[in-house]
Amino acid sequence: MEKHNNSAYLNMELLRFTTAGSVDDGKSTLIGRLLYDSKSIFQDQMDAVEESSRRRGDENVNLALLTDGLRAEREQGITIDVAYRYFATPKRKFIIADTPGHIQYTRNMVTGASTANLAIILIDARKGVIEQTCRHTFIASLLGIPHIVFCVNKMDLVDYSEERFQEIKAEAEAFAAKLKVKDFHFLPISALEGDNVVNRSEKTPWYEGPTLLYLLENIHIASDENLIDCRFPVQYVIRPQSNEFHDFRGYAGEVAGGVFKVGDEVAVLPSGFTSKVKTLELNGEQFEEAFAGMAVTMTLEDEIDISRGDMIVRVNNQPESTQDVEAMICWMNEKGMTPGGKYAIRHTSSDARCMIKEVQYKMDINTLHRLEDDKQIAMNDIAKVKLRVTKPLFVDKYETNRHTGSFILIDEATNVTVAAGMVL
Amino acid sequence: MNSYNLTHLKALEAEAIYCLREVAAQFENPALLFSGGKDSIVMAYLAKKAFYPGRVPFPLVHVDTGHNFPETIEFRDKFVKDINATLIVGSVQQSIDEGKVVEEKGFNASRNALQTVTLLDTIESNKFDAALGGGRRDEEKARAKERFFSHRDDFGQWDPKNQRPELWSLYNGRKHMGEHFRVFPISNWTEMDIWQYILMENIEIPSIYFSHEREVFERDGVIYADSDFMNKRDTEKVEKRVVRFRTIGDMSCTGAVESSASTLEDIINEVAAARTTERGTRADDKRSEAAMEDRKKQGYF
Repeated sequence: MEKHNNSAYLNMELLRFTTAGSVDDGKSTLIGRLLYDSKSIFQDQMDAVEESSRRRGDENVNLALLTDGLRAEREQGITIDVAYRYFATPKRKFIIADTPGHIQYTRNMVTGASTANLAIILIDARKGVIEQTCRHTFIASLLGIPHIVFCVNKMDLVDYSEERFQEIKAEAEAFAAKLKVKDFHFLPISALEGDNVVNRSEKTPWYEGPTLLYLLENIHIASDENLIDCRFPVQYVIRPQSNEFHDFRGYAGEVAGGVFKVGDEVAVLPSGFTSKVKTLELNGEQFEEAFAGMAVTMTLEDEIDISRGDMIVRVNNQPESTQDVEAMICWMNEKGMTPGGKYAIRHTSSDARCMIKEVQYKMDINTLHRLEDDKQIAMNDIAKVKLRVTKPLFVDKYETNRHTGSFILIDEATNVTVAAGMVL
Repeated sequence: MNSYNLTHLKALEAEAIYCLREVAAQFENPALLFSGGKDSIVMAYLAKKAFYPGRVPFPLVHVDTGHNFPETIEFRDKFVKDINATLIVGSVQQSIDEGKVVEEKGFNASRNALQTVTLLDTIESNKFDAALGGGRRDEEKARAKERFFSHRDDFGQWDPKNQRPELWSLYNGRKHMGEHFRVFPISNWTEMDIWQYILMENIEIPSIYFSHEREVFERDGVIYADSDFMNKRDTEKVEKRVVRFRTIGDMSCTGAVESSASTLEDIINEVAAARTTERGTRADDKRSEAAMEDRKKQGYF
């Protein structure tokens, strides 16, 4: 038996990625291959999938059945909702948000993309860059995914032609240049044959870049978080009032940006009171510093009235405090937006109400054209809007901080989340 | 220069702690479902971390089928005392005695499905508005579709086709009177992550996870622990074997694996080499392809 290496496992990083593409692009095959080749599909899962495929009369083992978890999905042969899959190699643990290509595409891709470090966009080598490729790339850039990997798939069907690959690459680059994509990569692959997925292909000697798995394992993700602008939204106040911790007053939260250090001078919003960081701790363990992504409890030198929804920041580096927010929103509900309507808004740990003051334009996400006359916002629409909020929010631009630049809108009658918003 | 990137276990820990704190902040009367299994132990441990030096601000709730492994109950009581939490027990036996549910008959009778009624009753009578569960998306394909904050209507039902979108980590726990939420802070953990975390943090777990000698019998390829609750066929022979349990449910539906793994490191090596999922030992999931989805729709955890 191969010995499992525990110390290596304890040093692994986490990479979240999303896959975009329809069934025809070979998305399920690609995910199936990553899972299968990294030994993440178990025998009983494989048995169940084989059995279901046989019953449905599928010719091959249908790997989509691994992710289509709901009865309705299997019956109709479609994916309704985002499915999450997990696999690990000795270097990294991966969370795949597998988003369906059929209905409610935008809504699902936005959901999957909101937490992703990386997006894989599949392009069929025979078809090249099509409308759908542009749509996927636009959503990935809108949601601020730091890394985009274009996989030119089905290279086996174009005789592994370098010329064809370069042609597609040039086309996609031209489109991506119009967007704010920080880092993108191109790979010639065949998910079906396994070329350049986990193992290097001998059929593409002209390709000198990494395989997909190598890229996923090694891409630099440490700087995906904003480590400059210190932001600490207070989630919960811990006051034990026990004999031992009589005067303890701790502010629980996840660092949403920057690196806080013990002794730092901080300001508390909205009150504006200043103090110094006394401790950064969790479960009694003391830290010298706490950086973006860490869940900690912060205590301050001075007793200040602080509650959930407040934000602790550095004195000389503060977010914008505003009741007027300009943002791109993606509408996610079957019931369209009510012009001038009022909605509940959640931003970090802060809750308020807001009114849609103006729809500036709607985006045609296939052509990137702005539709300034059409202001009916329906499900899957992306639009630029102006909001007026009942109290100041402490916001950064979404492109500088995904935590303090994002919000959701909630229908106050149904309590359902109806829109995702990104501050401009 | 320091590396400002969390290891994957620390990232998962931070995500779970953030979620637990959201629950404490957004709900008036939450509870943590505690079965004494490893997932709920990790979750209760994370809750202790999240609110230290304060107490865990919600009670632990155990839905007791009456068919527990004795080792689990013994562990439960010690654990609850150690982390200074409050325990509430909902009893399936009581639901049976009150005539709310009828015990299944036959050889494969299990109280697993009956738990749903007791669980919903416990939620209702205590007026809990959120129930934290240790469900993981890698466990089972219906669970793979769960949100962190998962809405339940006033009958406790799940509507998987019509779930609220969940973006970033902006969890929406708003609801009408009578509705509640199931919350899954360790959604993104795998079985391996749980074991590695238990090892890293040196968390105590019930003894039946480790290899031990036990009276067992085999049925349809599953090894069951022998007990008074189990109806055995004449052909089913009880014998002593060296086994351990990969999951802990009630005795009537939890299968054992033959194993000599006696330390956490041994278990991790076994999990790393395993070719079947841990729920492969669970009879409750084998009733049909959508067994879990159907139970969850009715309010199962």
